[in-house]
Amino acid sequence: MEREIVIRVRDFSYYLGSQPILKKITLDVFRHEILSIIGPAGSGKSSFLRCLNRLNEIRAEARISGTIEINGHNIYSPEVSLTELRRKVGMVFALPVPLPRSIFENVAFGLRMAGIKDKKLIEERVIDSLKKVALWDEVKERLNSSALKLSGGQQQRLCIARVLAMRPEFILLDEPCSGLDPVSTMKIEESLMDLKKEYTIILVTNNTKQAARVSDRTAFFLSGELIEIDRTDRIFTAPQDKRTNDYISGRFG
Amino acid sequence: MRGKENREKLIQLFLLTIALSAISILALISIFIFTEGLPIMFRHGFKKFLFSLDWYPSEGYFGLLPMIIGSLLVTAGAMVIGVPLGLAGAIYLTQFSSKKVRNLVKPMIELLAGIPSVVYGFIGVVILVPFVRENFGGPGFSVFTASIILGIMILPTILSISIDSLMALPPSYREGSIALGATQWQTVRMVLLPAARSGIIASLILGLGRAVGETMAVIMIAGNATALPRSILDPVRTLTSNIALEMGYVSGEHRQALFATGVILFIIIMILNTMANLTSKRMAS
Amino acid sequence: MRWPLTPRQEQAIVRLLLLFLTALSIFILAFIIFFILRHGLPVLSWEFLVRNPREMGKEGGIFSTIIGTIVLIILALTLATPLGVGTAIFLTEYTPEGRLTRIIRFGSECLAGIPSIIFGLFGFILFVTKLKFGWSILSGSLTLAFMILPTIIRTSEEAIKFVPQAYREVSFSLGGTKWQTVSRVVLPSALPGIATGVILSIGRSIGETAAVIFTAGSALRIPDSLFSSTRTMSVHFYILAREGISLSKAYGTAAVLLISILSVNIFTYYLMNRFLRKYS
Ligand SMILES: Nc1ncnc2c1ncn2[C@@H]1O[C@H](COP(=O)(O)OP(=O)(O)O)[C@@H](O)[C@H]1O
Ligand SMILES: [Mg+2]
Repeated sequence: MEREIVIRVRDFSYYLGSQPILKKITLDVFRHEILSIIGPAGSGKSSFLRCLNRLNEIRAEARISGTIEINGHNIYSPEVSLTELRRKVGMVFALPVPLPRSIFENVAFGLRMAGIKDKKLIEERVIDSLKKVALWDEVKERLNSSALKLSGGQQQRLCIARVLAMRPEFILLDEPCSGLDPVSTMKIEESLMDLKKEYTIILVTNNTKQAARVSDRTAFFLSGELIEIDRTDRIFTAPQDKRTNDYISGRFG
Repeated sequence: MRGKENREKLIQLFLLTIALSAISILALISIFIFTEGLPIMFRHGFKKFLFSLDWYPSEGYFGLLPMIIGSLLVTAGAMVIGVPLGLAGAIYLTQFSSKKVRNLVKPMIELLAGIPSVVYGFIGVVILVPFVRENFGGPGFSVFTASIILGIMILPTILSISIDSLMALPPSYREGSIALGATQWQTVRMVLLPAARSGIIASLILGLGRAVGETMAVIMIAGNATALPRSILDPVRTLTSNIALEMGYVSGEHRQALFATGVILFIIIMILNTMANLTSKRMAS
Repeated sequence: MRWPLTPRQEQAIVRLLLLFLTALSIFILAFIIFFILRHGLPVLSWEFLVRNPREMGKEGGIFSTIIGTIVLIILALTLATPLGVGTAIFLTEYTPEGRLTRIIRFGSECLAGIPSIIFGLFGFILFVTKLKFGWSILSGSLTLAFMILPTIIRTSEEAIKFVPQAYREVSFSLGGTKWQTVSRVVLPSALPGIATGVILSIGRSIGETAAVIFTAGSALRIPDSLFSSTRTMSVHFYILAREGISLSKAYGTAAVLLISILSVNIFTYYLMNRFLRKYS
């Protein structure tokens, strides 16, 4: 079955100063799939995500080569607007980072920065996004209280809602459950399965079982290199590379 | 979207302009002090300013040597008082006292750093000057009195920065030395003080700068005589007092001579600043 | 005890000596406060605070000098705060560490080390005479603003650095521009820390004398324009004490000075602790 390629990464390398962080990565991402990225700590998973929305450029000494195309456009070409790119490619971080504002304002934050003034629209989006991560029922009574008062799992779902409010096409998640308990993890995984219908999702996870549970395809990173990418069931049953096998059977990392 | 990017560029430019304010003000101050003060020094020769003993500005005598010596004496005296007290306090509070005591005393001392210098000067006038006059002789307004008051004034500065630099040392230094059987005092003397050296030196230089630059307190207690003091119980005039005492009412060459005083003071302070800057650089690396 | 001392004996002696010196320092500093309050508090009354001085301060209260102090400080802060915070933002958010930041920081540190009499000299020649503002609130507050600028820069910079990097990343990843990130996320989070610096410089300004006396002058009237001369509390105290006008009024003024500075500093301390607790 041929599927539509929405992200096309070709020979992409990323350096911090002279240190190579990502080496000649080539991979495709399909529309409305969940792609997991697994690999030991320091293998470049987070760096790869940050290159996809150009968050890597906050650092002055960052350098890249190769291309990343999203919907056929090279995101590193000079006429690309960073703010638009980042609105299209939403990102959720490992530790939930609610801003020190109310629940409502956290979700509305991206919209306000996009210059949207229409109160009705903002309210609609906020409610809609909170519903999509199954947080609405838990917080609808206290939208104006501080987001810092939510539990860790609720905070992380809030962060996902905050991304959804901008109606992105892609959602990048960087080990979103690493600090959460199993119940909260399950809730997030359920949301992800749901969101897959409308969004293309890239999930970095340090938990191979999570990758096996939720993703359609899985990529294995090691020391800045892409070792293998394939359908999840194949990666977990018949990996082509010995190192992949070693990793998923828990022999290192 | 271009509009947005232009706006960002504009903001960045605006902030850059603001960020240059401090350095521009510094430049402005230097320029003004130097253009007002240097010409008269050139006219009469630097030697006359730096090495002559006579200060009769209305008659064309501009010898600043007594004031230079005055500033040096008073500052040195302040260090003699302030440094042992400050260092002793810093060592005691970081090494020998309980954490509870330290957490109580340190903020207290930092609060006291806010006591204005005029208040120190006033305390000097009402308590110390009569005390010195009655017990040691002389007019009471003296190098000695000024040194004590200035020493107390710079105490909080030295104490609080030295405490910070001693606290910043990794605990392993101390544990390692104690584990080798050294006493606490040996550890302090041979391991901790050398390790915290740059921070402590920076605190001393800051204290030094404060003492050199202090004006109002010194005017109130140092006696302000333009003659060279023959003992520490004699009155003395510092560079700062020289400016402040006469600035209100003078004009012409006399005023320029005050700016020349400012030039010398400015240069001393800049040297101290640079030294403090270099030592704290070394501390950072 | 036999010579040479054992390390233990040496330690015991040194410890005692250090304790004595530490206690002495604390005693001296505490004594100053005690002494001023002991003689000053009896002079204080509501009248003392709300009456204008008469006969050069020999009679009456210190009302006009309180007003002078407040006006001068407010104006100085109005100028120095945006400059200082703007500089701090530029240093931390807009430019990588390098030669430019080093130059700017060096300038600010040097400015911090310049004695107030030099500021006074400078303000006098530039504002009072060259620009013909005369001894005035305007000259005084400009000079004061220059003086407190480094404090505000340094504390704002520290406060901004304390804002978690994650906040910035969240804002950028949600499509925020640099300025949006700074103005909506970084500054609000750093505000308590910035306030600390501003209040700290209020404390410093209240006690400042040398820079103010030569720029704002020492008029005892209540100022009615930017160009009227005014006398701050500390200048008033200095004149009372130095010219021997009235010892009791001097004590009273000193007590007001001390109480206001100490309260400002205690408040700063409280703010700073709250800020630090929040982010660590
Ligand atoms: N801020 C940084 N400074 C220097 N090196 C970094 C930084 N962040 C990441 N790296 C380096 O980049 C490599 C990849 O890191 P990262 O992308 O965080 O890996 P992962 O997310 O797979 O754990 C690591 O070797 C790490 O040392
Ligand atoms: Mg990572």
